[in-house]
Amino acid sequence: MSTPIDMIESLVSKEYKWGFVTDIEQDIVPRGLNEDVIRLISAKKEEPEWLLEWRLKAYRHWLTMKEPTWHNVHYPPIDYQNISYYAAPKEKLQSLDEVDPELLRTFEKLGIPLGEQKQLAGVAVDAVFDSVSVATTFKEKLAELGIIFCAFSEAAQRHPELVRKYLGSVVPYTDNFFATLNSAVFTDGSFCYIPKGVRCPMELSTYFRINAESTGQFERTLIIAEPGSYVSYLEGCTAPMRDENQLHAAVVELIAHDDARIKYSTIQNWYPGDKNGKGGIYNFVTKRGKCLGRNSHISWTQVETGSAITWKYPGCMLVGDNSVGEFYSVALTNNRQQADTGTKMIHIGKNTRSTIVSKGISAGYGQNTYRGMVKILKGAAGARNYTQCDSLLIGDKCGAHTFPYIEVKNSTARMEHEASTSKIGDDQIFYCNQRGISKEDAVNLIVNGFCKEVFRELPMEFAVEAQKLLGVSLEGSVG
Amino acid sequence: MLEIKNLYVRAGGHEILKGVNLRVNAGEVHSIMGPNGSGKSTLAQVLAGRETYEVTGGEVIYEGKNLLEMAPEERAREGVFMAFQYPVEIPGVGSAQFLKAALNAIRKARGLEELDAMEFLTLVKQRIKVLGMDEKLLHRSVNEGFSGGEKKRGEIFQMALLEPRLCIMDETDSGLDIDALKIVAKGVNGLRSPERAIIVVTHYQRLLDYIVPDYVHVLVDGRIVRSGGKELALELEEKGYARFEGGAGAAAPARR
Repeated sequence: MSTPIDMIESLVSKEYKWGFVTDIEQDIVPRGLNEDVIRLISAKKEEPEWLLEWRLKAYRHWLTMKEPTWHNVHYPPIDYQNISYYAAPKEKLQSLDEVDPELLRTFEKLGIPLGEQKQLAGVAVDAVFDSVSVATTFKEKLAELGIIFCAFSEAAQRHPELVRKYLGSVVPYTDNFFATLNSAVFTDGSFCYIPKGVRCPMELSTYFRINAESTGQFERTLIIAEPGSYVSYLEGCTAPMRDENQLHAAVVELIAHDDARIKYSTIQNWYPGDKNGKGGIYNFVTKRGKCLGRNSHISWTQVETGSAITWKYPGCMLVGDNSVGEFYSVALTNNRQQADTGTKMIHIGKNTRSTIVSKGISAGYGQNTYRGMVKILKGAAGARNYTQCDSLLIGDKCGAHTFPYIEVKNSTARMEHEASTSKIGDDQIFYCNQRGISKEDAVNLIVNGFCKEVFRELPMEFAVEAQKLLGVSLEGSVG
Repeated sequence: MLEIKNLYVRAGGHEILKGVNLRVNAGEVHSIMGPNGSGKSTLAQVLAGRETYEVTGGEVIYEGKNLLEMAPEERAREGVFMAFQYPVEIPGVGSAQFLKAALNAIRKARGLEELDAMEFLTLVKQRIKVLGMDEKLLHRSVNEGFSGGEKKRGEIFQMALLEPRLCIMDETDSGLDIDALKIVAKGVNGLRSPERAIIVVTHYQRLLDYIVPDYVHVLVDGRIVRSGGKELALELEEKGYARFEGGAGAAAPARR
């Protein structure tokens, strides 16, 4: 007799529909990492000399570092000499008209039309394909407001003073093993600059696509919000299905000045590997925001459904008095996926506030770890933190783990921590069934109910996307 | 509408139903009474499609179809509704959202257009008044933090909304005070119709003062040992189940 638990387990086998490969002539640097490779990347990007120096400093530092082992994810050793650090479509592009139609078709297939007539209304998109940005939409329109939204490599050439001032100011090149590697070899990513008092009139978004085989993607994103400005930024990502694991090690830095607000949303859907854990992206990402100014506000919202391994802790350094940091996260692991994710909130200024809402969903053999740090420094009088950390288990072979770290050095601080673990019960599924709701819909209903505090933080249209994505990622976990 | 033929059911290594026969026609209200452990709830759950029970013999024909071959959600879409003895809490899922998903799944299966949020809300507000329930319950998670009475009334409200053809009430009266009982009964009586059949599973006669059945069946040790009209319920109230309990075994061979 098949019980609902058996069915839950058999529902874990949905094809990854973004897994196709684009056949395009590419310029790929031979595998391996040394100073010459870094010089080559820098030369290809026509970077200023200081940036090359910065990369080399990072590389030399990286050579002295050891890969971390404190995390709760397990994978065979990565051979950093067996990765190609640069891959780009052959032709060099000057405008959208020159973009290879094959590339445009690829992004269209991913739901990101770049062509002039088809661009998404209300969203400006920077499309990154392997190591280069292929197109950025609405660039001119945004420029009228003084907003700079372009590929990182373009920013390094055209706005070197801004890049030089802020690059590494939140995540220094010595930060951690993966961030340091990124600092040495990063290829492309997005750069956003919102001038004083400007409210960015549309969502800014970057879509990352890994295509080439045996390459790593190392993007770098930098967002600067001048006093009183506002921006909502969203990133999405997918990759082809391959049997080998591919490394993705990104760095994102956000800077919010007085009264500025940055809302950063991620829908991470890298290829998660197959049912037995073969293939998939290793996603080792460092994301950090600095609330530099008074009353500044940075909020991270992430929906992590992809990758074989997810390792990321988007954090906030709350430097300015009364600044606010938020972290809303849904992390889903199915089949053999592993996630070790959470946040770091460092309270430095007075009356700084942070909110952490983490929802972990484990299905199949998935292992989901929440790791969070809240640090209240001596000067952070009146600091407040609220942490809520919930786990939902589907089936009985998965795991949920929670590692909260709290460090308080100011006695006026107020901390709250709530945690819960629940399981989708057979009786809940049966109750839904008896009302005409199918098993899959029942799981979706329960999972979406579980995640709603996070979904409501996402921009409207992406919240709908995220709900669908969770449905797809869980398909096969009941039924 | 429903015909149960010689139904045998096992759970946890025990035989619980040992040859149940029952015929229910549209428009009728049947009450199944019996002592604790007699198999009343098992019968209700098996009809609803609970998978923890194993049917080892017999058949159940519902509207000409083999009910036992249908998944629980198909049965629901075909009009089988069970009011749970212990309605299940689903934290995080709003009642309104849950009911809309249920109603639209059933409407879709019946070839009706799905209701949008506005149409749904209008319908819900109209039906909820009948049960004397607070609209605020719709904004709360399914059954979460509901009192015992609220949960049971909620079940009847769902029944009124989903308009099933066969209603099975599994000890809906347990844990209800007299006022709540009257409200529940009023709700159920409002659903009586020539197209609909209702099976009321209960331990006590009390509920039957308000929902007057056409037929009463006494279930003891997995078999229906006696059937009769509504007066049988009164007799049971007076004399108890004891006189059936020893005799059930003796009566069985004759029924087989």
